Amino acid sequence: MLQDKDRIFTNLYGLHSPDLESAKKRGAWHLTKEMLDQGPDWICDQIKASGLRGRGGAGFPTGLKWTFMPKEVRERPHYLVVNADESEPGTCKDREIMRHDPHLLIEGCMVASRAMRAHKCYVYIRGEYINERHALEKAVKEAYEAKLIGKDNVNGWDFDLYVHHGAGAYICGEETALLESLEGKKGQPRLKPPFPANAGLYGCPTTVNNVESIAVAPTILRRGAEWFAGFGRPNNAGTKLFCISGHVNKPCNVEEEMSITFRELIDTHCGGIRGGWDNLKAVIPGGSSVPMVPAEQIMDAYMDFDTLRDLKSGLGTAAVIVMDKDTDLIKAIARLAYFYKHESCGQCTPCREGTGWMWRVMERMVKGEAEHDEIETLLDVTKQVEGHTICALGDAAAWPIQGLIRHFRHEIEDRINQYRLPRAMVQGAVVAAE
Amino acid sequence: MALRRFDLEAGGDTFAFKPETEEKIAFWRGKYPAEKQRSAVIPLLWLAQKDNDGWLSEPAMREVADRLEMPYIRVYEVATFYTMFRLQPVGKYHIQLCGTTPCQLRGAESLKEVCKKEIGNPMYVTDDGRLSWEEVECLGACVNAPMVQINDDYYEDLTEDSFQKIIGKLKNGVEAQAGPQVDRINSAPEGGTAILTDPALFDGSRNEVSRLPNLAEEKEADAPDVSPAGKPEESAPTNTKREVPEKSNTGETTLISNKEKEELVGERPETVEVTADGQDDLKRIKGIGPKNEDALNELGIATFKQIAAWTPENVDWVEDYMSFPGRIEREDWIGQAKTLAEGGETEFSKRVDAGDVPSSQDDED
Amino acid sequence: MSDTFKLNIDGKDIEVPRHYTLMQACEEAGAEIPRFCYHERLSVAGNCRMCLVEWEGAPKPIASCAQTVGDMRPNRDGSAPNIRTKGDYVDKARNGVMEFLLINHPLDCPICDQGGECDLQDQAMAYGRAGSRYEENKRAVEDKNMGPLVKTIMTRCIQCTRCVRFAAEVAGVEEIGMISRGENAEITTYLEKSLTSELSGNVIDLCPVGALTSKPYAFNARPWELRKTSSIDVMDAMGASIRVDAKGDGVMRILPETNEEINEEWLSDKSRFVWDGLARQRLDKPYIRENGRLRAANWGEAFAAVKEALSVSSDKIGVVAGDLIEVEQAKAALDLFRALGVKSTDCRPAGAKYGTDGVRERYILNGTLAGVEEADMLLLIGTNPRVEAAVWNARIRKTWLWADLKVGRIGEAADLTYDHEWLGQGADALTNIRDTDFGKALASAERPMIVIGEGALCGEDGEAVLASALKLANEVGAIKDDWAGFGILHTAAGRVGALDVGFVPAEGGADTAAILSGGMKTVVLLGADEVDLSGLGDSTVIYVGSHGDAGAARADIILPSAAYTEMAATYVNTEGRVQMTSRAVQPKGEAREGWAIFRALSDMMGKTLPYDTADALRGVLRGAEGESTVFSGLGFAPGVRGIEALKQPMTSASTTLTSVSFGAVVDDFYMTNPIARASKTMAECSALASALDTPVAAE
Repeated sequence: MLQDKDRIFTNLYGLHSPDLESAKKRGAWHLTKEMLDQGPDWICDQIKASGLRGRGGAGFPTGLKWTFMPKEVRERPHYLVVNADESEPGTCKDREIMRHDPHLLIEGCMVASRAMRAHKCYVYIRGEYINERHALEKAVKEAYEAKLIGKDNVNGWDFDLYVHHGAGAYICGEETALLESLEGKKGQPRLKPPFPANAGLYGCPTTVNNVESIAVAPTILRRGAEWFAGFGRPNNAGTKLFCISGHVNKPCNVEEEMSITFRELIDTHCGGIRGGWDNLKAVIPGGSSVPMVPAEQIMDAYMDFDTLRDLKSGLGTAAVIVMDKDTDLIKAIARLAYFYKHESCGQCTPCREGTGWMWRVMERMVKGEAEHDEIETLLDVTKQVEGHTICALGDAAAWPIQGLIRHFRHEIEDRINQYRLPRAMVQGAVVAAE
Repeated sequence: MALRRFDLEAGGDTFAFKPETEEKIAFWRGKYPAEKQRSAVIPLLWLAQKDNDGWLSEPAMREVADRLEMPYIRVYEVATFYTMFRLQPVGKYHIQLCGTTPCQLRGAESLKEVCKKEIGNPMYVTDDGRLSWEEVECLGACVNAPMVQINDDYYEDLTEDSFQKIIGKLKNGVEAQAGPQVDRINSAPEGGTAILTDPALFDGSRNEVSRLPNLAEEKEADAPDVSPAGKPEESAPTNTKREVPEKSNTGETTLISNKEKEELVGERPETVEVTADGQDDLKRIKGIGPKNEDALNELGIATFKQIAAWTPENVDWVEDYMSFPGRIEREDWIGQAKTLAEGGETEFSKRVDAGDVPSSQDDED
Repeated sequence: MSDTFKLNIDGKDIEVPRHYTLMQACEEAGAEIPRFCYHERLSVAGNCRMCLVEWEGAPKPIASCAQTVGDMRPNRDGSAPNIRTKGDYVDKARNGVMEFLLINHPLDCPICDQGGECDLQDQAMAYGRAGSRYEENKRAVEDKNMGPLVKTIMTRCIQCTRCVRFAAEVAGVEEIGMISRGENAEITTYLEKSLTSELSGNVIDLCPVGALTSKPYAFNARPWELRKTSSIDVMDAMGASIRVDAKGDGVMRILPETNEEINEEWLSDKSRFVWDGLARQRLDKPYIRENGRLRAANWGEAFAAVKEALSVSSDKIGVVAGDLIEVEQAKAALDLFRALGVKSTDCRPAGAKYGTDGVRERYILNGTLAGVEEADMLLLIGTNPRVEAAVWNARIRKTWLWADLKVGRIGEAADLTYDHEWLGQGADALTNIRDTDFGKALASAERPMIVIGEGALCGEDGEAVLASALKLANEVGAIKDDWAGFGILHTAAGRVGALDVGFVPAEGGADTAAILSGGMKTVVLLGADEVDLSGLGDSTVIYVGSHGDAGAARADIILPSAAYTEMAATYVNTEGRVQMTSRAVQPKGEAREGWAIFRALSDMMGKTLPYDTADALRGVLRGAEGESTVFSGLGFAPGVRGIEALKQPMTSASTTLTSVSFGAVVDDFYMTNPIARASKTMAECSALASALDTPVAAE
């Protein structure tokens, strides 16, 4: 178990005040000027050395991403945009940062902005997080008043931070859709290239980072890259916020070491699986977009990028959705299929048409009202969506279904058989004739 | 998502922001560059919805469009794209019930039944105008599932009972306490948490460190022999069962994804077809571990001879590509490569050959 | 970095410019790439995913329309990237996309107007699977009102957003959008308001499926039963290339043909939808007024009456040519009337002060329509190209949008669909223009262009305006050896051609205003309906034309002539480009081609014209072997060849520039000529537009 002294988010549960004074006592805004004074290269090098990989789902090395920004600011200003559009089902970690530890985020924004030579930062927070937005706005105001940020601030890097909000669209968590939305348009992902580092917000060099990736940066710099890199297996460094929901005794958010085993994570923090470990059926380990992993494979698996990738799933946002043996997995995945259908932006063909198709077939499969060969067709449809879309939502819609079919195909088949069973008895002759 | 259309009849012909909203409008508009005011469209539509009893009427939408000098069709697109804009009237308390899987797993469907029983069909407004509900997608409070949002607030860890009580209160015009409805604080585990109890976290003692680690001068002095990262502080806890991943492939070293790195400086070095037999053990160069070797092989660099022939421009390019400025020169790869290419040995290569350098071992070893 | 990039496409090595898209490169390599959303004149959307190709080594297929070649990387060994546009991998990807496009597309091809010319149909045949695996109910989408021109069957829509992009980018009127999201995304106008753009009909051509079709053409014909004739449009002075589709003796529709130099591939709504006017209000036989009423007559009677009417003194005969006159008719009529000693001939609107000094460059658009794309500054004087040359306006907009063209304008304030500086409304704005910021920028521009409309040339000070604009053009460098940034934008298709044959008053002759002021005994109107006929008094009026409009109503004798779709006739566009229409259908009833009427009349009058066929007439216009006349070259604009003429200073009787506001040349875009006024479709558009104008004016 991660020791308290190694926790970055020390007010995760809001047991203490989120205000500036308390945040400072917890270590925020300490030595910030010294970090900024080291300049972009040092900051990027440290973050790279820490092994921090993006916490928004894709796991791209954060320090490396920052170096993609142009080395010089020309006529177009640089922007940092923080992705606080936390909408991936299962995920609710950034919410805690924004309402309980907002100063870590604000400080992180400033450090990251220095690293990418930006003087302006927008935090795009999902529209539903109204109270979280107010909490963040309050902290921003405190930071301005304390001259920690703003023009001519005590930290010596002119920096403005603005909170922006969305209005209910999962797709805005995709970085280019988020930028479109921030520009006052529908959140439809852009074609890449150009990548945001070349042409992002308002056509200017922009980097979009997840809240958690940004919020951990100052602490990494304060305590040293080695400290952070010391947690987790190589290539999977650091501490991480896990969101454990579903069929555990005590669902909760918790900061833990990367590569903690699933069993340790659940037993230590969540009071175990509902009905005991024998009752575990499957786990979606990284938010709704990653395929599920059956109990026997996940129980003692390391919760990190590489292990879960090898299990044909992913760490994603570390949103762990636990499902016990009472779960109707087909129904659970059908609900996700509905989610993706609902959240498809409608821009590109495979996702717009495919998500609706997949959901409708899934709904029938929940009832068993399908033919056996439709399972294969459904799998084929997921393959036709996957990899053919502008953004990753198509993949995200396809994977949960692929995961279900991969591991629990027999359940779908049983359901189809059951659906037919009473009919077979009544119309036995007809079925036999088929 | 159902078809989204303005309720034109209920919306009437006019809309005006409340006077006290003007300040908020100015606040939001102030966040965006003067020529990018369009960015304010979502916040302004949201304010308009607030000023219009919780739903966005067509005249309200036009008011926002006029203020931001946007074509109506563009604002219409936005208003219909984002599901928080409700285009038809809602109750004074509008319940958004999360029905996505994490909530579904913990009983959201029975909460839906409560809504149907107590209020009616989705988007139906009770006769007293107090209540309406709809099912929405994940609201991002999954560890507090099942949950609903009523107007601005989250009501979490609901059961049929507790939800029914909340609705009962609202029906009678009594506000209900938001947040978790069971014995827990926010997203901490029910019944309290055993972590985050160390008083040293909160008393300011974390700020006793007066100097950042890893500053430039310090690093020079240390001149670490091995890779600098990966050394936890003595007492830091580590996962005892930790092991090296089978293959450390972050996926970033393929050529396709590297096209993100648009503007590499310098000039790409000469490349060869990498084959098993024509390949030197680049790990015999100090500074090249298995990972760097893989990356170099991917670039089509596999022999000492190639590295020995690098021009300064090539060095720039490779350093930029692999994102470690200055390292090739610092570690004198070219010099080492020249020696090795001519069949010579270096201090380091001897150690490698003797198996003394674990970082230069191949994965399977 | 080299300007080109090497690729290997389907095993073929090819080197293309770095700015090429992968789709362009594939096409250059001879591969066919299917697409729906991609259109070369619109921004890249990349949404249909039909153009996927395989890039060896890439984890997924690439949308070739959106991949810039210069952004690609060579293989690890430095060799050119391998692209495959064929094979199982690509087939599977396209097959999947095609299936998705079809699952919610109705199977109503047999009753769809797009049938037979449908991209989806064609590509489904080429890339689709044989059967459907989709067992669910198909989506139905409510149809949307888009006005009288565009019919919608939105269930057919595949959300390619070509129409949305066209409206926003080319037409410059943001009135089409995609609302909602996901599978509920719908294309619509704002609350189903009618389209207002003058170019709205182009979305019909752009729509790759049958979602947006032509409302007037609906259910009228199938493409394979239509006779297709390439021709030239005469609804404005641009002379857009069109295709006239006819069935039997009726024109069923008009479509644009691609002509990069004139209309690119667009067409204005008037040019596209005017065709029902060709079947209405037609003059299909001669008429003679008797006892105040027109009665049908035969040609013999009519010619006899004409002969009598022309038997007055030639001083008392005036001839006015209208806006749609073709060169052949103008030439034949002019030759005849000059032979009869008539001096009062004119083809210009009343009050016009141009075209009489014999310098052609002073009445054509020397800079050319396409030339505006090379301009960096544009000064519009007394012209509103949006209604006077709608398709050209889109080109100005394009240049403004993508190449940063700066536009200034003198005339009544108007929305041109692009930002422009308003410099004043009358000629006096020219007086000190060099001192204004715009004037200074004009002087320092590389390629400034100055364009004058008829609105500026028909006032009292018209001549002075022309002279000072020409002077300005020379001063600011709009006229230099390789750049002729000066010219007139006409609105009438027949004007330049008539001027080219010299259809202006002879020495001592009266001009249009004078001819129509009542002093003439006999007035001949050659399709002249746009002039004020109220002052004709008791003059005998002979009307030669195709439609029963203002002129025919006032006429004493009517000679029916063919309309532009019914004859092969020469028109010279505003650039001075000589083009020919083709006969798509027969002239109505007893109507004859204009030149033939005057050839026959010349016999009657004993002044037989020296040509028996239209070709012979055109031969006269072309001149003798080796002689170079305006008409010797077909199909190109003279452009900079008139530089020397433009450099000559122009003398003007008066140099006073007044503050009188330049009048609008086109009041109602949809009603500018007798054919348009006969069209029900145009009437509907006009009514809608004027209903829209009122509240705007009230604001």
